Amino acid sequence: MAEPARFDFKKNIAKALKDRQLRKNLRSAMDGLRIKRQDVFDDAREFEELRRYGNAVKERALSRLPQLLEQLEQKCTQNGIQVHWAETTDEANQIVLEILQRHKATRLVKGKSMVSEEMHLNNFLARHGIEALETDLGEFIIQLDGETPSHIIVPAVHKNKDQIARTFHAKIPGAPYTEEVEDLNRIARTTLRKKFQAGQAGLSGVNFAVAETGTLCLVENEGNGRMCTTVPPVHIAVMGIEKVVEKMEQVPPLLRLLTGSATGQRITTYFNMITSPRKPGEKDGPTEVHLILLDNGRSRIYADPQLRQTLYCIRCGTCLNHCPVYTRLGGHAYGFVYPGPIGKILTPQIEGLSAAGDLAFASTLCNACEEFCPVRIPIPALIRRVRNESYAASAAGAIPGHGFRRNLMEIMAWKAWALANSHPALNRLGFKLAGRIGHLLPAIGPLKAWTQVRTRPQFALKSLHQLAREKGVPNG
Amino acid sequence: MPLDPPKPDKVYFFGTCIIDAIFPQAGLSAIRLLEREGIAVVFPQKQSCCGQPAFNSGFPDEARQVARRQLYTFNRDYPIVVPSGSCAGMMKHHYPELFAGDRDEERAFRFSSRVFELGRFLADIVKIRLIDHGNPLKVTWHSSCHAMREMRVIKEAKTLLAQLANVHFTELEREYECCGFGGTFAVKHPLISAAMVRDKIDDIVQTGAKRVISGDCGCLLHIRGALDKCGLDVETQHLAEFLWERTNG
Repeated sequence: MAEPARFDFKKNIAKALKDRQLRKNLRSAMDGLRIKRQDVFDDAREFEELRRYGNAVKERALSRLPQLLEQLEQKCTQNGIQVHWAETTDEANQIVLEILQRHKATRLVKGKSMVSEEMHLNNFLARHGIEALETDLGEFIIQLDGETPSHIIVPAVHKNKDQIARTFHAKIPGAPYTEEVEDLNRIARTTLRKKFQAGQAGLSGVNFAVAETGTLCLVENEGNGRMCTTVPPVHIAVMGIEKVVEKMEQVPPLLRLLTGSATGQRITTYFNMITSPRKPGEKDGPTEVHLILLDNGRSRIYADPQLRQTLYCIRCGTCLNHCPVYTRLGGHAYGFVYPGPIGKILTPQIEGLSAAGDLAFASTLCNACEEFCPVRIPIPALIRRVRNESYAASAAGAIPGHGFRRNLMEIMAWKAWALANSHPALNRLGFKLAGRIGHLLPAIGPLKAWTQVRTRPQFALKSLHQLAREKGVPNG
Repeated sequence: MPLDPPKPDKVYFFGTCIIDAIFPQAGLSAIRLLEREGIAVVFPQKQSCCGQPAFNSGFPDEARQVARRQLYTFNRDYPIVVPSGSCAGMMKHHYPELFAGDRDEERAFRFSSRVFELGRFLADIVKIRLIDHGNPLKVTWHSSCHAMREMRVIKEAKTLLAQLANVHFTELEREYECCGFGGTFAVKHPLISAAMVRDKIDDIVQTGAKRVISGDCGCLLHIRGALDKCGLDVETQHLAEFLWERTNG
């Protein structure tokens, strides 16, 4: 596998923060998305009711996950959709490859799918001589530049119009240089139209899979998803196992939560409901539809009642849009497929703590993500959980790699802190010392980090404890 | 929402560790404001920290050890007034979780139910009436994330500022956005923290305010340190100290 080079979060952060153009692009895009979202959820009470419903639907679906997946498989099979199970991304890639090889397909057109990113499918197929073409406009842009998505909904959000203009001119044969959005769209549309016609198979993600009917729901704005799932003779859908919902009637409220939170739309331009391949006598649609159900660590997450809430995620990306850290860094700094707050809790659980646990420490726990999450995932509490497990003693963790950050220095520092804060005499001594000689402390370790951008804190000569004693404020 | 209790005769005051060590005048001002309203204030000398630094850093056992000290120190039935949305949020919303299944679970629940953030306590429970004796002054307000999203007490703090006749108050453009303190985050990720606080400072300077007021000294420590580092002539002050200074004429 062509895994990215060893993840160095600090290096990525430093690089991202130096990129002023990136900061500007992100800020303006995030502002736009936040404001649009606010406009469609302008009634706080209604939004709260709706997201409580969304939370309940996901909680219930997850509580019956094995049964619902079996029901989904059964219904899909009845409808003529071929269902495949993949425990790992390698297995999922292999299944895709076998389907394509069986059809002698070398050109795959793809709708936007984060699960396919999780599989690193494009690279895998390229190694087997198959071209996977991204047809979502944002994905198309970054594919031209050989990049990965920097946002789960708006994959090219890190680029502005001028940067896209340069990419098109440089990478699309015959494309003139233009900064006109209409012209850029036209170039993309013309290029993609030819690819759709030449595509031998189509691949898409799944936003919701309805167990009771065996329906795959696909949300999109550009019509490329519909093209990918109807024009080529074969359609392959890939989904994480957590995307299954129980009933069709639960889809409209979830859809409202998804589109409102993601792009500030009441409804998207396209909403596809795929229930079967082309039936005899029908004039269009693929003759084969495959559904690949990917686990990739999800059943392990499912097994822990608290961590399970991570799987409620409907991938709307609103936690990214509201995150002050994501807004400064963009998605690439996070080093893996899912950036932002959801990535901070999901990635360490999928990849293991020693690979990705550091992500959970890049949060001020400001709670903005939790405030706007349309399915009420307690992201800050889950970030704390990942942090706890990062320092947990052996056998005390559920996430692979727990205890990876354990080190004597930090453990001793917190033990000393706890001791000083539970013994009044020690506490008093500490304050006395801080007030008298705090300014003499050498600027190393945390103090060095602090004073890089801030002046040194000035400890008061008299603590509030002492002032309260002197002023006669009663002690009990 | 449960009904607010009537104004009590006596309250506990939890000073918070940052006020204790760095901003004691803010704590003393809060005590004086409460006393001026005829409330007897008890400041237990055995109090220390709410435990949040360890709780947020991956050390729940150490957090519990320190939190337990507060449970036993504030053992009478008085309301506990806290001059910080962040520490109050920890004590009100996270103690029940921290002590779930613990022998002190019930004690933690009772403790949490008595916790009030100072600004809200003054506005809603004390129903304080403020008479401004200060000179005209332009200020802005910084909402700490936990005051805003855990304790939800920003409206209350602003009603207090609004009572000050000579204070001209301008809101920040991005009041909703974190200043980048985040406790140990500020030293674990100083670069991101710096990027965030610089944006916050720009926003503060844009308002033209001479002073930035907040209900949380963690943020103020961070913002003040960054303002000073940039050599900017804007003061920072805790709400309690500001209210006391303006009304103690």
